[in-house]
Amino acid sequence: MLDKDYLKKIYILTKKELMGYFNSPIAYIFIGVFLIVLNWLFFNSFFIIGQANMRNYFSLLPWMFLFLIPAITMRSWAEEKLSGTIEFLLTLPINDWQAVLGKFFAALTFLGITLVLTLTIPYTINSLGNADFGPIIGSYIGAILMGAAYLSLGLFISSLTKNQIIAFVMAVAISFIFFFIGNDFIISTAPQGLAPFFKFLGIGSHFDNIARGVIDTKDIIYYISFIWLFLWLNKEIVALRK
Amino acid sequence: MIRVNNLSKTIGDIKILDSISFEVRDGEILGFLGPNGAGKSTTMKIITGFWTPTSGNVEVNDLNVIENSLKIREKLGYLPETVPLYDEMKVYEYLKFIAEIRSIPPEKIKERIKAVIDSCGLEKVIKKPIEELSKGYRQRVGLAQAIIHEPDILVLDEPTTGLDPNQIIEIRNLIKKIGKDKTVIFSTHILSEVQATCDRVVIIKNGQIVGQGTPTELTRQAGGQEIIYVKIRGPQEIIKEKLKEIEEIEEIIEKDREAGDIFGYEIQPQTGTDVREKLSMVVMRNNWSILEFSKKSASMEDVFRELTK
Repeated sequence: MLDKDYLKKIYILTKKELMGYFNSPIAYIFIGVFLIVLNWLFFNSFFIIGQANMRNYFSLLPWMFLFLIPAITMRSWAEEKLSGTIEFLLTLPINDWQAVLGKFFAALTFLGITLVLTLTIPYTINSLGNADFGPIIGSYIGAILMGAAYLSLGLFISSLTKNQIIAFVMAVAISFIFFFIGNDFIISTAPQGLAPFFKFLGIGSHFDNIARGVIDTKDIIYYISFIWLFLWLNKEIVALRK
Repeated sequence: MIRVNNLSKTIGDIKILDSISFEVRDGEILGFLGPNGAGKSTTMKIITGFWTPTSGNVEVNDLNVIENSLKIREKLGYLPETVPLYDEMKVYEYLKFIAEIRSIPPEKIKERIKAVIDSCGLEKVIKKPIEELSKGYRQRVGLAQAIIHEPDILVLDEPTTGLDPNQIIEIRNLIKKIGKDKTVIFSTHILSEVQATCDRVVIIKNGQIVGQGTPTELTRQAGGQEIIYVKIRGPQEIIKEKLKEIEEIEEIIEKDREAGDIFGYEIQPQTGTDVREKLSMVVMRNNWSILEFSKKSASMEDVFRELTK
C-alpha cells in the first residue's frame, strides 16, 4: 500500500491544507499571539530566577498547547463539513486514510513552524549564559510528540462537528482532561490501583520525562499509540458519512 | 457505462431510494429528472462513492462502486449540487491542486489547466480567490474541476441552477460538447434543458423511477395528446356549439380573446385523430375566418407533471 503514489497524494493533500492555513489571516494571528504570550510569560520570570535554563519554558508549553492546538485543528474537518467540500474531497481518488493523514501532517507542519519560531528563546538564553542543549533538544522532541498527540485528538474532535467553535471548546476540554489526569495532584488523590494507570494515561507526565532529558521508549510508545488511536478514530468517523 | 441495479438507500426511517434501476450508456447524456427530494442527489452520491447504498449496487464500467471505489473515482468527474469549493484558494491554485491529486503527469498539468480555462471561460478570474467569484463563475470552476482529468464519466448535480439565462446556455453547450465523447449523467428540474441536451431521460419520484426513455418517447407516452390551438373571428357561442358537433373533438376550451369577436380556442381531439380539416371546413361553411392555427404536442413539462403528480 505504501507506494510512492500513495505517499505523494498525502503530500499533495498536506500542501493543500497548509495553503488553507496560510491563505487566511488566522494562522498569522495565532502564531503571533502564541509567540508573544510565550515569550512574555517566560522572560517575565527568567530574569527573576536568573538561571540560563529552559525548565520554566517547557513547563509552560503544555499549557500553551492546550489552547494553540485546538485553534489549529478546529477548522480542519468542521469547515469541510459545513461548506460541503467534504463531499468533494472524499470523492477524489484518495482513500480516507490519505485524507486524514494529509490533514494531520499539515497541522504538524504548522506546529513545527511555530516551534521553530520559538528557537529565539534558547538562542537568547545561550547568549546570556551557557545553555545546556541536551535537555533543550530532548524537550523539543517531547514538545513535537506531545503536540502531535494533541493534534490527532483535536482533528478527531473536529471531525465530529460542523461547528468550529464547538470543535475548539471540546478539544480544549478533552485535551485538558488528558493533560490533567497525569498531574501529581490527581495521582496523589486517586484510588491506589488507578494512580499508575492515570499516570500512564496523562499526556503531561510523559512530557515531563522527555523534558527532563530522559527519552524512554515507554513514553515514545505512549505518544505513538495515542496519535495512532485518534487518527484511526478520525478515519472511522470520516468513513461513517455513508 | 453506468449500471444502477435495484439501488436502495434508507437513512434513519426514511427510504430515500426504493430499488431503482437504470443505465447510462457510453457516450450518452442522461437527464435525471425529478421534483426536489426525489432522490436525485442521493443516487449521484452513491454513484460517486461518497455514500454507500443500503442495498443494490452500482457498476461503473463494469466495476462495482464499493469494491473498486478508487479506480472508479479516477475515471469520474463530479460536480456536487452545492458546488463546494475551497473558498480561500485562488482559482489557479485550486485547479492545480485538483490536477495534482488526480495524478495528471506534471508535464501535462499546465496544458490541462489551460484547456479547462478555455472551455469553461475562466480567463478573467484565474487569479482571484474563489470566495470572490459570482455564482456563475463558481459553477464554471466546479465544472472545470470535474473535467480537468478528462474523465470517461461525468456526474453533474444540477449544473445550471442559479445561473442566468446566458450562462445556462453556455453551460448547456459545454455539457453537450463534453457529452460527445463521454458518458454524462446530470440532474435538473429545468425541463427545457432536458429536451435541449439529453439523449435519454430518467424521471424519478419518491425514490422510484416513474418514467424513462428519449424525450420524444416520453412525450409520446404521456397520453400522446395533441392540442390544437385555433384563433377564429366570429360569434363565440355559436362557434363553440358548431365545433362540438364534430364528433372527434373531445373538449373545447376558450383560451384567450384578442379583440372584439376574435377568440382563441384550445381543442383537444380524441387520441389518434386529426380534426384539422373538419375544423377548417366548419369554419369556412359558416363564413368565419381562421386567423391562427397551430398544433401543440405534449411538452416535457406535461410529461413531468403527469408522471410526478
